[in-house]
Amino acid sequence: MADHSHGSPENAVTVAKPGQGGVQKFQDPGLPPHRPRLADTDPRAEKRAERQVGVLFLISIFGTLLFFFGYFFIPLDETIGTLRLQNLLLGLGTAFAMLGIGVGIVHWAKTLMPDHEVAEDRHEIRPEKDRADAEKIIGDILEESGIKRRPLIRNTLLGAGILAIFPAIAIFRDLGPLPGDVLRETMWDEGVRLTRDPSGTPIKASDVTIGSAFHVIPEGLNEAEHKLEEKAKAVVLLMRLNPESLNPSPGREDWGYEGIVAYSKICTHVGCPVALYEQQTHHLLCPCHQSTFDLTQECKVIFGPAARPLPQLPISVDEEGYLVATSDFQEPVGPSYWERG
Amino acid sequence: MSSSAAGQQYQPKTSVGRITNFVDTRVGGSAIVKEFGRKIFPDHWTFMFGEVALYSFVILLLSGTFLTFFFDPSMAETHYDGSYVPLRGIEMSMAYASSLDISFDIRGGLFMRQVHHWSALLFVAAVSVHMLRVFFTGAFRRPRELNWVIGGVLLILAMAAGFTGYSLPDDLLSGNGLRIIDGVVKSIPVVGTYISFFLFGGEFPGTVIIPRLYVLHILLIPALILLLIGIHLFLVVVHKHTQFPGPGRTNDNVVGFPVGPVYAAKAGGFFFIVFGIIAAISAAFTINPIWNYGPYDPSPVSAGTQPDWYIGWVDGALRLMPGVLGNFPFEWNIPFPWGTNTLSLNVLLPALVPAGIVFMLLFAWPWIEAWVTKDRREKHLLDRPRNAPTRTGIGVAGVVFYCVMWAAASSDLIATHFMVSLNDVTYWLRALLFIGPVVGFIAARRIALALQRKDREIVLHGRETGRIVRLPHGEFIEVHEPVDEYKRYKLVSFDSPEVLSAQPDVNGHVPKTEKRRAWASRFFFEDRVAPVTPAELEQAHSHGHHGEVASEHDKAAISSH
Repeated sequence: MADHSHGSPENAVTVAKPGQGGVQKFQDPGLPPHRPRLADTDPRAEKRAERQVGVLFLISIFGTLLFFFGYFFIPLDETIGTLRLQNLLLGLGTAFAMLGIGVGIVHWAKTLMPDHEVAEDRHEIRPEKDRADAEKIIGDILEESGIKRRPLIRNTLLGAGILAIFPAIAIFRDLGPLPGDVLRETMWDEGVRLTRDPSGTPIKASDVTIGSAFHVIPEGLNEAEHKLEEKAKAVVLLMRLNPESLNPSPGREDWGYEGIVAYSKICTHVGCPVALYEQQTHHLLCPCHQSTFDLTQECKVIFGPAARPLPQLPISVDEEGYLVATSDFQEPVGPSYWERG
Repeated sequence: MSSSAAGQQYQPKTSVGRITNFVDTRVGGSAIVKEFGRKIFPDHWTFMFGEVALYSFVILLLSGTFLTFFFDPSMAETHYDGSYVPLRGIEMSMAYASSLDISFDIRGGLFMRQVHHWSALLFVAAVSVHMLRVFFTGAFRRPRELNWVIGGVLLILAMAAGFTGYSLPDDLLSGNGLRIIDGVVKSIPVVGTYISFFLFGGEFPGTVIIPRLYVLHILLIPALILLLIGIHLFLVVVHKHTQFPGPGRTNDNVVGFPVGPVYAAKAGGFFFIVFGIIAAISAAFTINPIWNYGPYDPSPVSAGTQPDWYIGWVDGALRLMPGVLGNFPFEWNIPFPWGTNTLSLNVLLPALVPAGIVFMLLFAWPWIEAWVTKDRREKHLLDRPRNAPTRTGIGVAGVVFYCVMWAAASSDLIATHFMVSLNDVTYWLRALLFIGPVVGFIAARRIALALQRKDREIVLHGRETGRIVRLPHGEFIEVHEPVDEYKRYKLVSFDSPEVLSAQPDVNGHVPKTEKRRAWASRFFFEDRVAPVTPAELEQAHSHGHHGEVASEHDKAAISSH
């Protein structure tokens, strides 16, 4: 390629300088000559193309029949296999029906309809005179309405119009209640038992062996009036570690019970359930966006997009040996919001 | 009507008859036929993407209408007692139960669900690829800027339609998607919590979100899409379609096939082909098997789940953002006189900034380019992407930026499939988000410039034939065959804007914005590769040249082979 230096644009000769263009242009040779297709010249090829299109339309008819066969002759029972078979037949039937028509028409167009390219002139989108006329008409309309000359009318109309928009916004006020403090409160309270999710059976401290993890809901959740809303805030993960592995900060030493700790399962990022517990590393991982929390550091964020530790639920045991909460969470659970503070 | 005597004019009695008569005698079908019957449309395979989008939308309307007849968008609790045994007796919403019924108890229901979901995926894909085609070929330039903007709005609406529909079955997967939306909405400063409560009618998940999304999904969004598609196509007719430059194709004409019969047949047939392909995919490949996920419950979540592809880039952005960088937290508690408020930048920034950048640049691009080139003439001839190297580079940078976020939405799957650390995947993608677009820009621009040089080669020295010939004096050469004038014209007849240095205004001053424009112009065009001129071709031919047959004697030697 080295010998092709004349083709190189770095060569000063070949780079057009401003003002040089225009005169040095190739002549447009016009549309290339039309090349006849086989079907244009050979009557047998034409007949063949005609038959091919016909066969494609016949395939479409076959497809429609296949659809009806699947629809009427595959009775749905309770196995997923027949459903799959019916879906396959309906789908393939439709596919053949549609593709037969589509490919047939396109083949028809490409082989048998004229393929001469035609040129059509473009026109100005609108003549300039129209534009001038339109400008004058609008000017006349504005003038006759007098809106420019009568500022009182203009300003009051403007004010009225702007104000009239607000009811259209305000009327949506009842879409929902005001947030209030509900995001700060959950069903947890002093003495509320920790129960298994979803059965609702209480958990004894002795059931929780070292290394195990429980998905927990507060007692009575399944009977609660707003079950899903309460559950969306109250779900908890319960794990037991060797007490030496936990490093509670001052004031939180008695929030666990013999190495059993409970943390909110709702991610502090955007609220997915932090459902994955890595038993060996004591990490909690959110499967949605991979925020990782370290259980041995009070669920501090060690990786991912979350910015806050998971809130801890203070727990203890009651006289029957069941795990209970000693209070609600000390901070709002779940994703951050403006009023969280 | 029977009472009207023979020979009298038709006198409609019913209101329907009057409307029919009115339309028939006043609209005049002949004018429409005259306007459209032989209208010319240029033909190119890249012009099909818009058609795919239109047709998949039609299929969405057809399959969606079927689904509305059986779907119940209610969040009222029920116990499932349909055909699918594993979920019998389970408590779930009416929305989920009726989605299961559509799948298991309505014949063809599952097929229609599959068709609807697959065509939704195809719809957004086709809109996206269509927009890339328009961008890379410069079809957004005057007079089509507004139609480009309409296309951008349609892309946003397509994603909104997809997301609202994705949430309707109220299964575990879509419920978690809604929860993420709730988390993102709550991060909006000042009004976020209120928007969340108004949207969900109280606390998440509430009992109103599905019916509300349903109204948006089947009424408001499709109506807007339909309206904008109407305007979009109307403007295509007003502007007439663009075409690639070539012999006989100028800025002042349209070369192609007439609507009737060729184009109508091809485009009409293509609708059936798109439908057929979607049907074949729906027959063979399961999409969104909601019965595997179970009803929505705020506690469980399945690992390795993915949003629909078009939401992936936003989800990926959420994953890439670090919550804490070193010791710098992205969640700020800001003390105000009335109390402390929380600003959650770790959610807000990735949710808003990348999408903001992409769509701002997208909407503004026609005007940015017109400002740089100061060229405000009508452009009906397209650019081959190589002939606009800087634009192509910027487009590729945008695609890379998007694709890194898109890949990040699958970071967990990348980690498990390739057995690498999830954390490392995230770190690499974080770096790639910034480096990738720069590398993409440089590489694409260089490739475009190289292809332009290749085009010059071909025009000046002809096509490499692969024929090696030994000349009488012993030299071996490869025979280059000159291209014919049609092919040559195709390679030389393109727009090639040049650097436009800063122009002084009427007072002889060069304003700052003009200096910036000149800088941008240099950035765009200083490496420009000019099209071959006739003089250059003449020069190339007159030079004795390796690879080309110089003397008559040699020519004779070759032709005897």
